[in-house]
Amino acid sequence: MTIIITIALSFMVLGFIFSAIRFVKGPTAGDRTVALDTITTIAVAAIVLLAYVFQRFIYVDVALLYAVLGFIGVIVIARYLEGAL
Amino acid sequence: MSIMEIIGGTFIIIGSIFLFLGALGIFRMPDIYNRLQAGTKATTLGGMSLILGVGFLEPSWMMKMIIIIIFIAYSNPISSHALARAMYKRKRYPLILSEDKENMDAYSEVNPHEKEEVKS
Amino acid sequence: MIGAAVYSIRQKDLLYATIATGIISLVLSVLFYLLQAPDVALTEAAIGVALTTIIFIITIRNTVRYEDEHDNKEKFKSGVK
Repeated sequence: MTIIITIALSFMVLGFIFSAIRFVKGPTAGDRTVALDTITTIAVAAIVLLAYVFQRFIYVDVALLYAVLGFIGVIVIARYLEGAL
Repeated sequence: MSIMEIIGGTFIIIGSIFLFLGALGIFRMPDIYNRLQAGTKATTLGGMSLILGVGFLEPSWMMKMIIIIIFIAYSNPISSHALARAMYKRKRYPLILSEDKENMDAYSEVNPHEKEEVKS
Repeated sequence: MIGAAVYSIRQKDLLYATIATGIISLVLSVLFYLLQAPDVALTEAAIGVALTTIIFIITIRNTVRYEDEHDNKEKFKSGVK
């Protein structure tokens, strides 16, 4: 089980690195916002997996809060880009 | 290993591979709409699968995992849709496939909307 | 996180700097989480994701988006919508 969790966490770190490269390179504001959204989803998954590693049930609340609130920033940026904020 | 651990480990591996492929997609794709599809659909499936796998590993956590899955399943398409609509209203149109029959994946160099005013 | 912070300071486009602030808050929250402080991580998540982004975007909407080095004052006077 340790091997599986190590493989999953290394895949997630690689995904974070690729998203960060797209964030630095991205030509427009939309690309950077997509990178932020992807990083948020990866962080939710990583927090749940680390809660299983630490064996603490209360740590899942952080992931729950990110899943509830994570899209508000993206929506605000999108409304600003649309010009209708 | 019990049967629940095997099921949970399989879901975790599948979910992490989909998360990685989504991030690779937003690194490789040429256009904002392709990046939106790769970066939102693939990561939604990957996150849901991985959280379900953790729920199988610890069966007493399953209720909160299902709540997180429901919140991911409604919040990710909302942000993707809002972003695509904002990009369309800023007149950034999708790329058009080229007429070259040999190389089907190539995008045409000519921008058909170049008369339009394109903002970043 | 340090890279995102340096990017956010050096960037001349304030909208990109705001998105970089979101990434800083996210990585900082995961860092608090790894240091076994989930309550601080919870607060950081709520503040950093929702409140900071909304306040910065409203500020950018009411002022100018691009930060210029030389004629900042004149542009600030004439550029307010």
